[in-house]
Amino acid sequence: MKLSLGPILFFWPRDQVTRFYADMAELPLDIVYMGETVCAKRREFNLDGWIGLAREMREATKAQIVLSGLTLLEANSEVSSLKRLCDNGDFMVEANDMAAVQFLSERKLPFAGGPALNIYSGRALAEFIDSGLVRWSPPVECAGSMIKTTIEQLDELGVKRPEVEVFAYGHLPLAYSARCFTARAENRPKDECEFCCINYEEGIPLASQEGQSLFTINGIQTMSAEINNLLADYQSLKDHGADIARLSPRAKGMTEVVQAWDKVRNGGQPPLAVQGCNGYWHGRPGMMSAEEAGLC
Amino acid sequence: MQLVCPAGSLPALKAAVRQGADAIYVGFKDDTNARHFAGLNLTDKQLGEGVDLIRQNNRKLYIAVNTYAQPDGWERWQRAVDQAAAMGVDALIAADPAVLAYATKAHPDLNLHLSVQGSATNGPALSFYQQRYNIKRAVLPRVLSLAQVKQVAESTTVPIEVFAFGSLCIMAEGRCHLSSYLTGESPNLCGVCSPAKAVRWSNEDGKLSSRLNDVLIDRYEEDESAGYPTLCKGRFIVNGKRFHALEEPTSLDTMDLIPELKKIGVSAVKIEGRQRSPAYTEQVTRAWREALDSYKRNPEQFRVQDSWRQTLAGLSEGSQTTLGAYHRAWQ
Repeated sequence: MKLSLGPILFFWPRDQVTRFYADMAELPLDIVYMGETVCAKRREFNLDGWIGLAREMREATKAQIVLSGLTLLEANSEVSSLKRLCDNGDFMVEANDMAAVQFLSERKLPFAGGPALNIYSGRALAEFIDSGLVRWSPPVECAGSMIKTTIEQLDELGVKRPEVEVFAYGHLPLAYSARCFTARAENRPKDECEFCCINYEEGIPLASQEGQSLFTINGIQTMSAEINNLLADYQSLKDHGADIARLSPRAKGMTEVVQAWDKVRNGGQPPLAVQGCNGYWHGRPGMMSAEEAGLC
Repeated sequence: MQLVCPAGSLPALKAAVRQGADAIYVGFKDDTNARHFAGLNLTDKQLGEGVDLIRQNNRKLYIAVNTYAQPDGWERWQRAVDQAAAMGVDALIAADPAVLAYATKAHPDLNLHLSVQGSATNGPALSFYQQRYNIKRAVLPRVLSLAQVKQVAESTTVPIEVFAFGSLCIMAEGRCHLSSYLTGESPNLCGVCSPAKAVRWSNEDGKLSSRLNDVLIDRYEEDESAGYPTLCKGRFIVNGKRFHALEEPTSLDTMDLIPELKKIGVSAVKIEGRQRSPAYTEQVTRAWREALDSYKRNPEQFRVQDSWRQTLAGLSEGSQTTLGAYHRAWQ
């Protein structure tokens, strides 16, 4: 099983980002995704800045570096920037919107399909493979069984399987909006957000009126409150056809997370249970853990 | 601009025809469409009757097959496409590339509209669907400002349809898993959001509480009116404050924007609400028909009449309406 580091979904100050990647460069990661996927207004790094950082990272590590594209494109300037990203001429791109799929397929460039692309079956996946997709990250709500059936369906269709990458650790990216919920929480209009999401290195917790943790507010993105953690499901990940486990950056403790996964993939015993949720993997509501659902 | 109206039942379809809808959109009675609610949608017999009525009145019939096919149930989506083609519908509204690919191949003459669930918000995304599946129209997600709708319309030759009135999704359609995170069922896969079977109302300490799969969505004081617990419209705690952290219960109403939408070159305006009653379809269709006709008769003098506004406000969630993302300040 390969280990990948997903793009940083939060907005961190420049120094924090460079320190983070310096730490990550020391770890046994196979793939590192870099770039802004949530909000085009976040400019601690512009596109050239990200590409520069990606080059530095490539020098510092053996991991494959992939540039991730924006997910929700609303303005022409964002479309132009995505086009430039696809034209970088150097790194593979992760498409998170159909605009990127279009740019990359026009250029006949192989690409990774991120979890924000709605690919839910072998027939749909075959359409993207025909357009150049070589790696598939299923939508985060997909159950392991569904991923398995999807790739079996590809076999039936006579289409070669892409690499399969499962979102295995981190806050789940669940939704995207025109509205910035961080700005709303601070009672600011979006156009005068003053980049306030930079003050929340792991988003803002959203709880029910009874104090139950539900979501994490991260600008225009809504994430799970719980950490989705499939380490206890390691064998099941393999059995269902996952080639790559994606670990999504958190503000603290990522070194330990990567090390724990690396240990298990090298033959270490997976934990019997972990904190957080894994409901989606087991075909249950995402917020649940398999233990709660009585599945193990 | 064409007026596209919802029908979740035969009486609603009849009401839309009666009040002057140019096109009526419906869905089959299964999870192949994004309003897969108990008791909703038309049986084959009702669809047959609906088609006859629409043909007699020279209107258009669109059918939504706009959820994402799952690997285990592909036959249902294939059957839905085949049946739509056999009925001779004027357009199939779809989002899933698997469905679009099949429809293009098996029924090359079938008109395809890209559903809002396809989440296409820009020119290149529309080009993908146009070049690959020859789509003849696209419904834009409710995330764009008016200026952005204009940019999209200018960057594509695909005719554009936008939402004009109805329930408001705060998240980009097709890009929201909040419902499955709490309940296991999502719009993309199951055609439902915050499904009724997961809803529980109770009176706790004299306060009405609404829950979704046991998660408290809202709690109401005696003088507050309670709404359906769509999870993005609940009151939650963020930074120690209790408020509608994502969105208030409110509906989209863009009647004031008719002149601008027309100027941008929008081809069709869509009324949301297949899950609503025939009376809803009747009243909204009537108000919008009158408004569009009034604009056409005298574009310079167009003004939204109080009676239309009252009708629409009365049919809105929480009796509130908003211009939504079309108006930048809302974002």
